[in-house]
Amino acid sequence: MQTINQMKLEFSSVPENEGFARVAVSAFAVQLNPTLDVLADIKTAVSEAVTNAIVHGYAERPGTVTVSARLRSDGILEIEVIDQGRGIVDIAQAMQPFFTTQPEKERSGMGFSVMQTFMDEVQVESSPGQGTTVRMKKRIETAE
Amino acid sequence: MEFDRRRDTVTAYVTGELDQCSAQSIRRELDQLIEDPSVRRLVLDLKNMRFMDSSGIGVILGRYRTLAQRGGTVAVRNMNAHVERIFLLSGMNQIIQII
Repeated sequence: MQTINQMKLEFSSVPENEGFARVAVSAFAVQLNPTLDVLADIKTAVSEAVTNAIVHGYAERPGTVTVSARLRSDGILEIEVIDQGRGIVDIAQAMQPFFTTQPEKERSGMGFSVMQTFMDEVQVESSPGQGTTVRMKKRIETAE
Repeated sequence: MEFDRRRDTVTAYVTGELDQCSAQSIRRELDQLIEDPSVRRLVLDLKNMRFMDSSGIGVILGRYRTLAQRGGTVAVRNMNAHVERIFLLSGMNQIIQII
Protein backbone atom coordinates (compact mmCIF):
# COMPACT_ATOMS: atom_id res chain seq x y z
CA MET A 1 0.00 0.00 0.00
CA GLN A 2 1.35 3.40 -0.98
CA THR A 3 2.55 5.77 1.73
CA ILE A 4 1.15 9.29 1.47
CA ASN A 5 3.02 10.71 4.42
CA GLN A 6 4.99 9.49 7.42
CA MET A 7 6.63 10.78 10.56
CA LYS A 8 8.78 9.53 13.41
CA LEU A 9 9.31 10.85 16.92
CA GLU A 10 11.86 9.83 19.53
CA PHE A 11 11.54 11.07 23.06
CA SER A 12 12.58 10.34 26.62
CA SER A 13 10.45 7.91 28.61
CA VAL A 14 9.06 10.52 30.98
CA PRO A 15 5.33 10.94 31.73
CA GLU A 16 5.34 14.53 30.46
CA ASN A 17 5.77 13.11 26.95
CA GLU A 18 2.49 11.18 27.04
CA GLY A 19 0.61 14.34 26.17
CA PHE A 20 3.22 15.40 23.64
CA ALA A 21 3.02 12.07 21.80
CA ARG A 22 -0.77 11.90 21.56
CA VAL A 23 -1.08 15.52 20.42
CA ALA A 24 1.70 15.09 17.86
CA VAL A 25 0.13 11.98 16.32
CA SER A 26 -3.33 13.52 16.23
CA ALA A 27 -1.88 16.66 14.61
CA PHE A 28 -0.29 14.43 11.99
CA ALA A 29 -3.63 12.70 11.35
CA VAL A 30 -5.47 16.01 10.93
CA GLN A 31 -4.30 16.26 7.30
CA LEU A 32 -6.89 13.60 6.39
CA ASN A 33 -9.65 15.75 7.91
CA PRO A 34 -10.83 13.13 10.40
CA THR A 35 -13.88 13.51 12.60
CA LEU A 36 -13.32 14.72 16.15
CA ASP A 37 -14.32 11.28 17.40
CA VAL A 38 -11.63 9.61 15.33
CA LEU A 39 -9.04 12.09 16.57
CA ALA A 40 -10.07 11.39 20.15
CA ASP A 41 -9.76 7.64 19.51
CA ILE A 42 -6.24 8.07 18.13
CA LYS A 43 -5.14 10.33 20.98
CA THR A 44 -6.41 7.89 23.58
CA ALA A 45 -4.83 4.82 21.98
CA VAL A 46 -1.46 6.55 21.59
CA SER A 47 -1.63 7.73 25.18
CA GLU A 48 -2.22 4.17 26.36
CA ALA A 49 0.62 2.70 24.31
CA VAL A 50 3.12 5.39 25.31
CA THR A 51 2.09 5.10 28.97
CA ASN A 52 2.71 1.35 28.81
CA ALA A 53 6.17 1.95 27.33
CA ILE A 54 7.07 4.41 30.11
CA VAL A 55 5.45 2.67 33.06
CA HIS A 56 5.96 -0.98 32.17
CA GLY A 57 8.58 -1.09 29.41
CA TYR A 58 11.08 1.13 31.18
CA ALA A 59 9.52 0.82 34.64
CA GLU A 60 9.93 4.60 34.96
CA ARG A 61 13.67 4.36 34.33
CA PRO A 62 15.39 6.39 31.57
CA GLY A 63 14.85 5.14 28.06
CA THR A 64 13.74 6.20 24.61
CA VAL A 65 10.26 5.75 23.15
CA THR A 66 9.82 5.84 19.39
CA VAL A 67 6.46 6.69 17.84
CA SER A 68 6.01 6.55 14.10
CA ALA A 69 2.94 7.08 11.98
CA ARG A 70 2.19 6.39 8.34
CA LEU A 71 -0.75 7.56 6.28
CA ARG A 72 -1.64 5.10 3.54
CA SER A 73 -3.31 5.84 0.24
CA ASP A 74 -6.30 3.71 1.31
CA GLY A 75 -7.07 6.07 4.21
CA ILE A 76 -5.53 3.87 6.90
CA LEU A 77 -3.35 5.43 9.59
CA GLU A 78 -0.67 3.08 10.94
CA ILE A 79 0.99 3.86 14.25
CA GLU A 80 3.93 2.13 15.91
CA VAL A 81 4.99 2.68 19.51
CA ILE A 82 8.34 1.07 20.29
CA ASP A 83 10.39 0.74 23.46
CA GLN A 84 13.57 -1.18 24.20
CA GLY A 85 12.52 -1.91 27.74
CA ARG A 86 11.82 -5.03 29.73
CA GLY A 87 9.40 -6.60 27.32
CA ILE A 88 6.29 -8.63 28.12
CA VAL A 89 6.54 -12.22 29.34
CA ASP A 90 2.96 -13.22 28.46
CA ILE A 91 1.37 -10.95 25.85
CA ALA A 92 -2.03 -12.68 25.95
CA GLN A 93 -2.22 -12.24 29.71
CA ALA A 94 -1.09 -8.62 29.49
CA MET A 95 -3.90 -7.90 27.03
CA GLN A 96 -6.60 -9.31 29.27
CA PRO A 97 -8.94 -6.60 30.60
CA PHE A 98 -8.05 -5.54 34.15
CA PHE A 99 -4.75 -7.44 34.17
CA THR A 100 -2.07 -5.31 35.82
CA THR A 101 1.28 -5.98 37.37
CA GLN A 102 0.93 -2.84 39.51
CA PRO A 103 -2.43 -2.89 41.32
CA GLU A 104 -0.90 -1.04 44.27
CA LYS A 105 -0.39 1.97 42.00
CA GLU A 106 -4.07 1.99 41.02
CA ARG A 107 -3.33 0.90 37.46
CA SER A 108 -6.60 -0.11 35.85
CA GLY A 109 -5.23 -2.82 33.57
CA MET A 110 -7.40 -1.46 30.77
CA GLY A 111 -4.71 0.02 28.51
CA PHE A 112 -4.73 -2.67 25.82
CA SER A 113 -8.53 -2.97 25.99
CA VAL A 114 -8.84 0.75 25.30
CA MET A 115 -6.40 0.47 22.38
CA GLN A 116 -8.36 -2.46 20.92
CA THR A 117 -11.68 -0.64 21.35
CA PHE A 118 -10.58 2.65 19.85
CA MET A 119 -8.44 1.34 16.99
CA ASP A 120 -9.34 -1.07 14.19
CA GLU A 121 -6.35 -3.33 14.74
CA VAL A 122 -3.75 -3.73 17.49
CA GLN A 123 -0.74 -6.04 17.27
CA VAL A 124 1.87 -6.50 19.98
CA GLU A 125 5.35 -7.93 19.54
CA SER A 126 7.47 -8.38 22.60
CA SER A 127 9.92 -10.65 24.33
CA PRO A 128 11.54 -10.31 27.75
CA GLY A 129 14.57 -8.04 27.68
CA GLN A 130 13.99 -7.11 24.04
CA GLY A 131 11.37 -4.37 24.36
CA THR A 132 7.90 -4.05 22.93
CA THR A 133 6.40 -2.87 19.67
CA VAL A 134 2.71 -1.97 19.48
CA ARG A 135 1.28 -1.59 15.97
CA MET A 136 -2.13 -0.04 15.54
CA LYS A 137 -4.27 0.74 12.52
CA LYS A 138 -7.22 3.05 12.15
CA ARG A 139 -9.32 3.85 9.15
CA ILE A 140 -9.75 7.59 9.02
CA GLU A 141 -13.36 8.58 8.68
CA THR A 142 -13.39 11.95 7.04
CA ALA A 143 -15.44 14.81 8.45
CA GLU A 144 -18.03 16.34 6.12
CA MET B 1 -8.93 21.95 41.88
CA GLU B 2 -12.15 23.83 42.52
CA PHE B 3 -14.74 22.17 44.68
CA ASP B 4 -17.78 22.82 46.78
CA ARG B 5 -19.15 21.00 49.75
CA ARG B 6 -22.75 20.63 50.84
CA ARG B 7 -23.34 18.56 53.93
CA ASP B 8 -21.71 15.14 53.28
CA THR B 9 -21.17 15.71 49.54
CA VAL B 10 -18.06 17.12 47.89
CA THR B 11 -18.24 18.13 44.24
CA ALA B 12 -14.82 18.37 42.56
CA TYR B 13 -14.38 20.12 39.23
CA VAL B 14 -11.72 18.22 37.29
CA THR B 15 -10.03 20.28 34.60
CA GLY B 16 -7.38 19.66 31.97
CA GLU B 17 -6.12 16.19 31.15
CA LEU B 18 -6.30 13.05 33.25
CA ASP B 19 -3.54 10.70 32.16
CA GLN B 20 -0.79 8.81 33.94
CA CYS B 21 1.29 12.01 34.11
CA SER B 22 -1.37 14.04 35.92
CA ALA B 23 -2.96 11.16 37.83
CA GLN B 24 -0.75 11.45 40.87
CA SER B 25 -1.49 15.12 41.55
CA ILE B 26 -5.22 14.72 40.84
CA ARG B 27 -5.32 11.67 43.13
CA ARG B 28 -3.63 13.67 45.88
CA GLU B 29 -6.04 16.59 45.52
CA LEU B 30 -9.10 14.34 45.55
CA ASP B 31 -7.81 12.47 48.59
CA GLN B 32 -7.51 15.76 50.45
CA LEU B 33 -11.09 16.64 49.55
CA ILE B 34 -12.45 13.37 50.94
CA GLU B 35 -10.06 13.16 53.87
CA ASP B 36 -12.78 14.25 56.29
CA PRO B 37 -14.55 11.01 57.28
CA SER B 38 -17.91 12.79 57.30
CA VAL B 39 -17.68 13.06 53.50
CA ARG B 40 -19.88 10.28 52.13
CA ARG B 41 -20.32 11.27 48.53
CA LEU B 42 -17.86 12.52 45.91
CA VAL B 43 -19.23 13.99 42.70
CA LEU B 44 -16.70 14.48 39.91
CA ASP B 45 -17.73 17.18 37.46
CA LEU B 46 -15.87 16.45 34.21
CA LYS B 47 -17.26 19.32 32.14
CA ASN B 48 -13.84 20.97 31.73
CA MET B 49 -11.77 17.80 31.51
CA ARG B 50 -10.33 17.78 28.00
CA PHE B 51 -8.88 14.27 27.97
CA MET B 52 -8.91 11.05 29.94
CA ASP B 53 -7.36 7.67 29.27
CA SER B 54 -7.45 4.49 31.34
CA SER B 55 -5.30 6.13 34.03
CA GLY B 56 -8.48 7.97 34.98
CA ILE B 57 -10.21 4.68 35.69
CA GLY B 58 -7.64 3.88 38.35
CA VAL B 59 -7.97 7.32 39.92
CA ILE B 60 -11.77 7.17 40.11
CA LEU B 61 -11.90 3.56 41.33
CA GLY B 62 -9.32 4.34 44.00
CA ARG B 63 -11.47 7.13 45.42
CA TYR B 64 -14.50 4.87 45.18
CA ARG B 65 -12.73 2.27 47.33
CA THR B 66 -11.95 4.89 49.97
CA LEU B 67 -15.54 6.10 50.15
CA ALA B 68 -17.09 2.64 49.90
CA GLN B 69 -15.19 1.65 53.04
CA ARG B 70 -17.20 4.27 54.92
CA GLY B 71 -20.44 3.46 53.14
CA GLY B 72 -20.09 6.29 50.67
CA THR B 73 -20.44 6.64 46.90
CA VAL B 74 -18.86 8.31 43.88
CA ALA B 75 -20.74 9.87 40.98
CA VAL B 76 -19.63 11.60 37.79
CA ARG B 77 -21.42 14.22 35.76
CA ASN B 78 -20.92 16.13 32.51
CA MET B 79 -18.95 13.33 30.87
CA ASN B 80 -18.30 13.71 27.17
CA ALA B 81 -19.05 10.80 24.86
CA HIS B 82 -15.43 9.72 24.66
CA VAL B 83 -14.96 9.47 28.41
CA GLU B 84 -18.29 7.67 28.65
CA ARG B 85 -16.97 5.00 26.28
CA ILE B 86 -14.03 4.37 28.60
CA PHE B 87 -16.45 4.26 31.51
CA LEU B 88 -18.65 1.69 29.85
CA LEU B 89 -15.70 -0.35 28.61
CA SER B 90 -14.32 -0.68 32.13
CA GLY B 91 -17.72 -1.43 33.64
CA MET B 92 -17.29 1.48 36.04
CA ASN B 93 -20.89 2.47 35.39
CA GLN B 94 -21.89 -0.50 37.56
CA ILE B 95 -20.46 1.09 40.69
CA ILE B 96 -20.03 4.76 39.77
CA GLN B 97 -23.26 6.63 39.25
CA ILE B 98 -23.52 8.75 36.11
CA ILE B 99 -25.64 11.84 36.70
